[in-house]
Amino acid sequence: MNELAHHSVLSRRAFLVGLTGTAVMFSFAPVEVIADESGSSPFEPTIWYSIDGSGIVTVNTIRAEMGQHIGTAIARILADELEVEWSNVRIFAVDTDPKWGPMSTGGSKSVWLDFPIYSRAGAAGRIALIEAGATLLGVSPSQCDARQGAVFAGNQSISYGEIVRRGELTRKFMSDELAKLPIKPASERRLIGKKTDALDIPAKINGAARYGIDAAVPDMVYARPKIPPTRYGSVVRSVDDSAAKRVKGYLTSLVLDDPSNLVPGWVVVCATSYPAAIRAADLVKVDWTPGDSAKVSEQDVLDHGARQIAALQGGTLLVDDPGIDSAFHAAASTLERTYTTASALHVQLEPVNALAFEKDGRFEIHAGNQNQSLTLTMLSKALRLPRESIIIRAYPIGGGFGRRLNGDYAVPAALAAKALRKPVKLVLTRSDDMRFDSFRSPSIQKLRLTFDAQGKVTGMEHHASAGWPTEAGVTRAGLPKAPDGNPYDPFAIDGADHWYNVGAQRVRALSNDLALSAFRPGYLRSVGPGWTNWAVETFMDEAALMARADPVAFRLGLLDGSGRNAGTAPNSVGGAKRQAAVLKRAAEKAGWGTPMPKDTALGVATTFGQARSMPTWVGCVARVRVNRRTGAIAVEKLTIVVDAGTLVHPDGALAQVEGSALWGLSLALYEGTEFVKGEVKDTNLDTYTPLRIGDVPELDIELVDSIEAPVGLGEPGTTVVAPAIGNAIFAATGVRLRHLPIRPADVLKALAS
Amino acid sequence: MTSFQINGRAVTVDAEDDTPLLWVIRDVIGLTGTKFGCGIGMCGACTVHVGGRPTRSCITPLASVAGAAVTTIEGLGGGHPVQKAWADLQVPQCGYCQSGQIMQAVSLLNDFPSPTDQDIDAVMSGNLCRCMTYVRIRAAIKQAAAQSEKVAAHE
Repeated sequence: MNELAHHSVLSRRAFLVGLTGTAVMFSFAPVEVIADESGSSPFEPTIWYSIDGSGIVTVNTIRAEMGQHIGTAIARILADELEVEWSNVRIFAVDTDPKWGPMSTGGSKSVWLDFPIYSRAGAAGRIALIEAGATLLGVSPSQCDARQGAVFAGNQSISYGEIVRRGELTRKFMSDELAKLPIKPASERRLIGKKTDALDIPAKINGAARYGIDAAVPDMVYARPKIPPTRYGSVVRSVDDSAAKRVKGYLTSLVLDDPSNLVPGWVVVCATSYPAAIRAADLVKVDWTPGDSAKVSEQDVLDHGARQIAALQGGTLLVDDPGIDSAFHAAASTLERTYTTASALHVQLEPVNALAFEKDGRFEIHAGNQNQSLTLTMLSKALRLPRESIIIRAYPIGGGFGRRLNGDYAVPAALAAKALRKPVKLVLTRSDDMRFDSFRSPSIQKLRLTFDAQGKVTGMEHHASAGWPTEAGVTRAGLPKAPDGNPYDPFAIDGADHWYNVGAQRVRALSNDLALSAFRPGYLRSVGPGWTNWAVETFMDEAALMARADPVAFRLGLLDGSGRNAGTAPNSVGGAKRQAAVLKRAAEKAGWGTPMPKDTALGVATTFGQARSMPTWVGCVARVRVNRRTGAIAVEKLTIVVDAGTLVHPDGALAQVEGSALWGLSLALYEGTEFVKGEVKDTNLDTYTPLRIGDVPELDIELVDSIEAPVGLGEPGTTVVAPAIGNAIFAATGVRLRHLPIRPADVLKALAS
Repeated sequence: MTSFQINGRAVTVDAEDDTPLLWVIRDVIGLTGTKFGCGIGMCGACTVHVGGRPTRSCITPLASVAGAAVTTIEGLGGGHPVQKAWADLQVPQCGYCQSGQIMQAVSLLNDFPSPTDQDIDAVMSGNLCRCMTYVRIRAAIKQAAAQSEKVAAHE
């Protein structure tokens, strides 16, 4: 992932304020001038926002709008520091251009990454406008202040719009000056933390919002793929389209030649309308030689992972404390458990699609996308064109959840457009989309814990094997390195490096290479923390039981905030103590310890969201009733307390916790598929059954009031729910389940044994 | 050739009789607020009204709406009490399913002006929201119902 590179933009670039045409631009100098910050180099400014002569502020964002109302949050950050009227603020989602730097939206990182950039950009703009306004008013800047889109000095004032209309506005902030710009204290914020309506919502209520699937150009050809029997290695032997020729509107079937190897063995069926393409594709017969993964199924992947874990060599050690082996040798007692999770599908409701065409020597891609930078790399390879010759236009996304971090679906559209020399609109049907998903890899994890003779926890090991999504996307060489020098995918192990003080610790991440060769492991909402916390938080309950301790008290005892878990400024101030606080609060709110009706119980879990570098502290208590006759699990209530630092857009924050928590519930009980001989078993919503409205429990969500650094909220709510449910099932029945999803049949089987 | 009314306007469409209504609405008529989700009537994103009844347009053949009145999300006009409640409670996240949710909710309130939670579960369970905005969908339906009752009481 490349957001971190973007994060450093502020410190490396000069910030420029200058008038062009009718608007003033607030911009960072491009990367090329970093080496010479004296400013003597020629440059084309990179525009982050502008104010026009009527005072309208247009905020440019590289982030994909996919339900998190991210544009609203970013614009609020900027507008607060800039001191403008909210009603004068507009959002503009930008198309790809090298001037923006890396473009991606994922990992619950957008607000965390963008807060420092847009707040300082706003402050710089305010200062520049005050200086220019002071000159126009004939006073000194120190006599002025800015609010509501105007500069005031005593009883005089001048609006930003008028300054823009009149001003010779040029100002440059060098990086050190920018870094020192005064950012408002929380007490003076006017917009951040205040309720507001999201700017993307009106168009989503009246049908006006245009997603990628709604993009159209004249004379475009509609296309639907024939998905080969394996993700990789399938070779087309023959194509028989004789039956398809009877479909009115059928044009042709293209066997794609794909230098990027992202869609090997694809045949794209083209027609003059999409329903004709659907029908024709059903009738086109393709004979493939399948790839090797036609022999690989879910259990093979899990068995391979189990062998990797059993072999003590191999993998990457994220944490490897010197005393770990001696802790196990000296242990009075040891707990060892294995946890697994099944493949899970995105089923984002807008099936993946892309419109591609060549225009004025450039390829244009119209599609929702969460990682334009990586997608450009894919397209560049597939089309054999330089990145600069390809542009991806921005659209709101009909469901991201990580599926569109992998922009592979743009490649077949582009290749078909190149072959036909015509605009091609490729849309996958739901079944195509699910078969082509880069789904959540199955995972297997082994956890071990030691107690000394006094019952103190003295050591913990966590071994995790799964297909690594980032390895699939950027290759092994592009992965970050762990302290042991080996590469790893943070998105497949984050969460295992928890904030509990457990004595000596070892965390080992294993790339399941069988998974990686058989399918394309993807990022699915909460990614690794969706499975690592299933293991850690179920294991903590099992450890509490072994220690004969209350599960909440046991956790609180380990969340003492000492040593490596003390936290650091600005992102994890308070460390594990903040995790302990949300856990305690959730337990208190849920009535932890009060008697429950028969077969009903509370279960607890706590996590730090997505990553140690930006912890979102979450505590959850699930109230669950188990039907011993049918095995059905009724989740009656979820009590969730979240500390995400400053909440820029509080209602958007709440919405993210609501949605992500219900994702956690859905993944725990209602989703999960199986990889069978190279393909996922479920290919539509008749057998893949995410949570519906009638399954929604009572939600009691509390967001901690905080002025600490804002972190992420898109995924953390997902991470706590499954283990809290599993722990509640144990509390209600004494049955311990260690595989996700939990099906009624599993409950019945466990109850019977 | 099939003739019908869409949002009060008469249209005649030259497409195969068994073409799903969804694609006629989206690609021929150009009203893209109605969405393609699953193609088998299991997600509800394509919900429109045919003769006032909620209908999954992805599995409705064009010929079956000959002479009928079809209403899409665009036909609600934006100011419908259900749309107002949806805005008040900030229901949509990605928004992709919401046209279908709103069309289904409008029908629900026509049939059950004061729906119980059970009524809402029964009628709305065919509409998948992948962002899982269900809590707000339920609240917005209740708010729209309460608003309609208030209006009725004043009339």
